[in-house]
Amino acid sequence: MTDAAVLPEAAQSNAATAQPETMAWDSKARRMVTLYLPLACFVIILLFPFYWMTVTAFKPNAELFDYKTYNPFWIGSPTLDHIKHLLFNTAYPHWLVTTMTVAICATFLSLFSSTLAAYAIQRLRFKGSQYVGLAIYLAYLVPPSILFIPLATMVYRLGLFDSPLALILTYPTFLVPFCTWLLIGYFKSIPYELEECALIDGATRLQILRQITLPLAVPGLISAGIFSFTLSWNEFIYALAFIQSSENKTVPVAILTELVSGDVYQWGALMAGSLLGSLPVAIFYSFFVDYYVSSLTGAVKE
Amino acid sequence: MSATTAVTWSRPNQQPNWLVRLFDWKPFLAFACLLPAAGLLLVFLTYPLGLGIWLAFTDTTIGRSGYWVGIENFQYLLEDPLWWNAVFYSVFYTGVATFGKFALGLWLALLLNNHLPFKSLLRAIILLPWIVPTVLSAIAFWWIYDPQFSIISFLLVEKLGLLSSNIDFLGSAWPARFSLIAANIWRGIPFVAISLLAGLQTISPSLYEAALLDGSTAWQRFRFITFPMLLPILAIVMTFSIIFTFTDFQLVYAITRGGPVNSTHLLATLAFQRGIPGGQLGEGAAIAVSMIPFLVFATLFSYFGLARRKWQQGEGND
Repeated sequence: MTDAAVLPEAAQSNAATAQPETMAWDSKARRMVTLYLPLACFVIILLFPFYWMTVTAFKPNAELFDYKTYNPFWIGSPTLDHIKHLLFNTAYPHWLVTTMTVAICATFLSLFSSTLAAYAIQRLRFKGSQYVGLAIYLAYLVPPSILFIPLATMVYRLGLFDSPLALILTYPTFLVPFCTWLLIGYFKSIPYELEECALIDGATRLQILRQITLPLAVPGLISAGIFSFTLSWNEFIYALAFIQSSENKTVPVAILTELVSGDVYQWGALMAGSLLGSLPVAIFYSFFVDYYVSSLTGAVKE
Repeated sequence: MSATTAVTWSRPNQQPNWLVRLFDWKPFLAFACLLPAAGLLLVFLTYPLGLGIWLAFTDTTIGRSGYWVGIENFQYLLEDPLWWNAVFYSVFYTGVATFGKFALGLWLALLLNNHLPFKSLLRAIILLPWIVPTVLSAIAFWWIYDPQFSIISFLLVEKLGLLSSNIDFLGSAWPARFSLIAANIWRGIPFVAISLLAGLQTISPSLYEAALLDGSTAWQRFRFITFPMLLPILAIVMTFSIIFTFTDFQLVYAITRGGPVNSTHLLATLAFQRGIPGGQLGEGAAIAVSMIPFLVFATLFSYFGLARRKWQQGEGND
């Protein structure tokens, strides 16, 4: 084992000493061109729309539409007018509250049901549990674009049309399969022996779930929660189809349908709205980014 | 100390009440645990799926339950140039965007797989386009694609002098189609890159060491080690990507709403336009149902075409 590790290093150092000085510089320049330059391009392109959003949100209208006299990439005299307009002349705070409520309720509902389902599938191992797991995986592959028309008729018949409750109840259709899938993977990583010990000590299965499995699964629950929250914050098509009155709309729908009016677009206000609407998710995500990345990659590896 | 042991010893003699015993009975517990998730999914996923297929064979409109009309809706769609246009653009959009996402995403994953400073910060930044609500970043793209004040046109015309007039991104069919695809690729790169990066990190370095000793070139190492080892993850990520690109709604609805002159309608946006504002629920459902064969085909193709093989799993596994 140690031989195998030492060998390539030795081969590399041999190669390095055999090469003249210029080659070392060459490889540094080469690394610059093949690695850092493309990486910088990627980062700039991936971040540019956000930068542009931010810059536009704080520019006065005079600068916004005049690239000749002002440098478009910088803000000459920053202003809070667009944000003030958004907060005091529109129902934006109300939309934020609605979106937050819907996202939090949908997240808790789906976390609760998918934790129990994942525990049943992964730990209770009843007959046919793997088929239930497969069915839940397949449920994740059904896209909302196919479901929104029949769901709209259902929501209408249930009398939930134009109520946030319709969104809280329909969002779990895409949250539950995903969270269950993620949590099954997480439960798999918790040693089964711990539960066996507790069983021998006379604990009931509910005690095991509450006192042993769940505390150990907290990181998994956190990442499932973040996923659910961001997914329900970002949801668009159900919110567009089921909600009609202005005050019940969620932020993404409201910005597109309420702020875009007439022929002259209020780009400053639109960008300020987009920025404010993205911030909660971005902040939330920045706290838990490590959980997020590791569970994302873990879920894919399963 | 001895007192507490005595108490614990006496515990098994206590008879737990019937509720506790019921919840400790495995079949009941499994049923109870599955109930919330299964209930939600059956009521709000399975039933609507069946209802959608049923609606596609009726002439339901908003406010009036419809009658069974057989395959009339589908016959009508087959003669509808707008539907054919939407089918063409959905396939084209999915094909080009998936190719772009995977080419660029794989490249980015390979770049990130090197030793870099601030690696975790970099990963966090790169995932940002995927986190932010699609509609909100679509609005940013809408502003970037503005006919008069587009920053891209400004750069190309004023700063670099490559063009003589502004690009009309969203004013005519083909530029609008490609502008939407570019926005979709931009949004999809992070997910592909981070997932593939996870796949890259599971490849054992000893394979590369062996190949290095055998005198392989960088291209050979990529072609014969990296790529085959990455195929299983590639298959899963690609299945997801194809399904969610084909049924995409938000980007197109936010930026062009299917225009100009209906040239950028995807099947999902067409279904929405006919079904919800248009009120023709039956026809909208038929359009939505017509996506299913494409999805099944795409899933089977990417799953079986790139299916995992035993040797890719490493020894003993699976």
